[in-house]
Amino acid sequence: MTDKITAKNITDNEFFYGHKACAGCGGSLAVRMALKVLGERTFTVIPAGCMSAVGFIFPQLCFSNNAIISTFAGTASMLTGVEAGARALGLKNYKVLGIAGDGGTADIGIQALSGAIDRDDNVIYICYDNEAYMNTGIQKSSLTPFGAKTTTTPAGENIRGNIKNKKNMFEIVAAHGIKYAATASIGYLQDFINKVQKASEVDGTSYIHVVAPCPVGWGTPTDEMVNVAKDIVDSGLWYLAEYEDGEFKLNRNPKEFTSVKNYLSSQGRFKHLKDEDIELVIAQRDKKWNYIRKSWVQ
Amino acid sequence: MTGRKAFLSGNEALAEGVRLSRPHVISAYPITPQTTVVERLSEMVEEGSLKSEFVHVESEHSALSAAMGSSAVGARTFTATSSQGLLYMAECLFYASGGRFPIVMMNANRSTALPWNIYGDQRDSLSQLDSGWIQVYVEDAQESLDMVLQSYVIAENKRVLTPIMINLDGFILTHTYELVQIPTTEEADKFIPPFETPYKMDLENPKNMAFTAGPGDNMEFKYQQHKAMLDSKEVIREVDEAFSKQFGRKYGGMVEEYRCEDAEFVLVTLGSVTGIGRIVVDDLREAGLRVGVFKIRFLRPFPEEELINLSKRVKGIGVLEKDVSFGHEGTVYTNVNSAIAKARVSIPSYNFVAGLGGRDISKDDILEMFQYIKEGVEGNKKDFVKFIGLGVEIND
Repeated sequence: MTDKITAKNITDNEFFYGHKACAGCGGSLAVRMALKVLGERTFTVIPAGCMSAVGFIFPQLCFSNNAIISTFAGTASMLTGVEAGARALGLKNYKVLGIAGDGGTADIGIQALSGAIDRDDNVIYICYDNEAYMNTGIQKSSLTPFGAKTTTTPAGENIRGNIKNKKNMFEIVAAHGIKYAATASIGYLQDFINKVQKASEVDGTSYIHVVAPCPVGWGTPTDEMVNVAKDIVDSGLWYLAEYEDGEFKLNRNPKEFTSVKNYLSSQGRFKHLKDEDIELVIAQRDKKWNYIRKSWVQ
Repeated sequence: MTGRKAFLSGNEALAEGVRLSRPHVISAYPITPQTTVVERLSEMVEEGSLKSEFVHVESEHSALSAAMGSSAVGARTFTATSSQGLLYMAECLFYASGGRFPIVMMNANRSTALPWNIYGDQRDSLSQLDSGWIQVYVEDAQESLDMVLQSYVIAENKRVLTPIMINLDGFILTHTYELVQIPTTEEADKFIPPFETPYKMDLENPKNMAFTAGPGDNMEFKYQQHKAMLDSKEVIREVDEAFSKQFGRKYGGMVEEYRCEDAEFVLVTLGSVTGIGRIVVDDLREAGLRVGVFKIRFLRPFPEEELINLSKRVKGIGVLEKDVSFGHEGTVYTNVNSAIAKARVSIPSYNFVAGLGGRDISKDDILEMFQYIKEGVEGNKKDFVKFIGLGVEIND
């Protein structure tokens, strides 16, 4: 293993620079940090979505390493092709990185992702999860959490926002028997950096699911993004874990959770929730953590 | 002539052409009647006669998406599909041509559902005529092999940089065996230069590819794409010439005419049905009728000049195609009529819709078509669009 990358020694070089992402964008922070870890010899594939919309409009192209937009459904399959092509041409010392949002990963792109993991292609796939289709204007994806108001799950008299639970991408990916998978949050940046670094050393497919809040879609102040991304972990509504060599491992096991109610009420998308809804969210959290602590903690 | 002769199906001959073209990456998903292409290629990779990365993708969309990824780093790529598969990858067809990725793809022409049907017609590829791909329709197994070699030279030409779809009639060509001349690897290498392009993601000279272009820039990119396709006509002719010089087999470039020089009535065809057309032409010529067959090889770019020229020479034209654009007419017919209009001649033209869902097209059917054109020219009122061999009565 190479030296651990930290805030002290991380490169000053920027590989995603001059883009037009919104203030406080969690996704662009994930892209920026991942590329700083992986370096200039990284082929980056991003699908149609926020990152291509803010960073990839001719003639303002914001990646200083090699980068390409894929079709919305085709992030993982294009990664496969880039990797196969680079290998066939005999290129050496390079990384192949895909970065897609929650819709591009868990909905339209899940087939291609499943194929790439099944083939164990030597690629790193990062899902930056902002919990809805933000680029098209905050529509529900399968990673939108229970209760969230989106433009396609409006909160009204009859239905209070999204009535479905978030799809369990981390364990779906792990069920493939993938070489390395991890969850992360931009609120715990060093943990995310560590995981990207670890993924870069895997010989085979690796997957990182990083929670990356969107101030516009979540209804929070732009300078609160990192705190919100911390709070989702601290309140137990997200967790930091890894899957490696067929085993799950919990990286952070809080003795006490912070308030779910505070987490939810800090965001416009959950403002409409009633106490009974919040009780439901807490019950689901506790059920999940019972399972995690029983199964993932040695 | 060196190399060897072998008894091969259209699909197997095409696979030999792919082997000789040495693609770096093959990504393909199986679909009838394309399957034996990817089976042969897998065997070649296994035995080591083809040194390609064979990617077992999980869908046609991924097949072409992966091919684009490989092409974007400067690798030569191949894929193959048919019918529903072609339609499933439709998004990627437009993407590949817009990205100017010189991918070569085989398409086994097959009917499109519903109703389900695995047999040959041309509605799959003709529905994608506007996707920006060069489309060539081959007639026999030898041409299938030879056109793979030619296609890489055409697609990778700097003036072209456009993907090519090689269409083989499902079963009739894909699964029919013929004696095929297989060039040696050395001969093929001499004909196809290595793929070198500055337009790729390069570790030493990084690029951002496949970008967005707004209203201020978009049309210029589209115009360049159009121009490249138009320019490819000349390249197609040059490559056919160079191929003929080296291998002694000439296909005519954009089109191939049969006894059209002095013909009065000409049937325009695509693909494998042309063979029966020639036999019927010979028979009718014996009976004193001046008829000919005009085979369109490349439908995109369109052989406009050749068809304008033909229109000025003949009395009537029929277009035989395994296709119909519901509510209008066959797509090839629409295209041919555009050329006739530009020729500023007033000749009748008729559309023969035949062979849908794999229905046989017989000598008698083609005799009927020539008779129909002749009667139309003689002034008898005829429907412009005629379904051939319909098993139901049409009550108007």
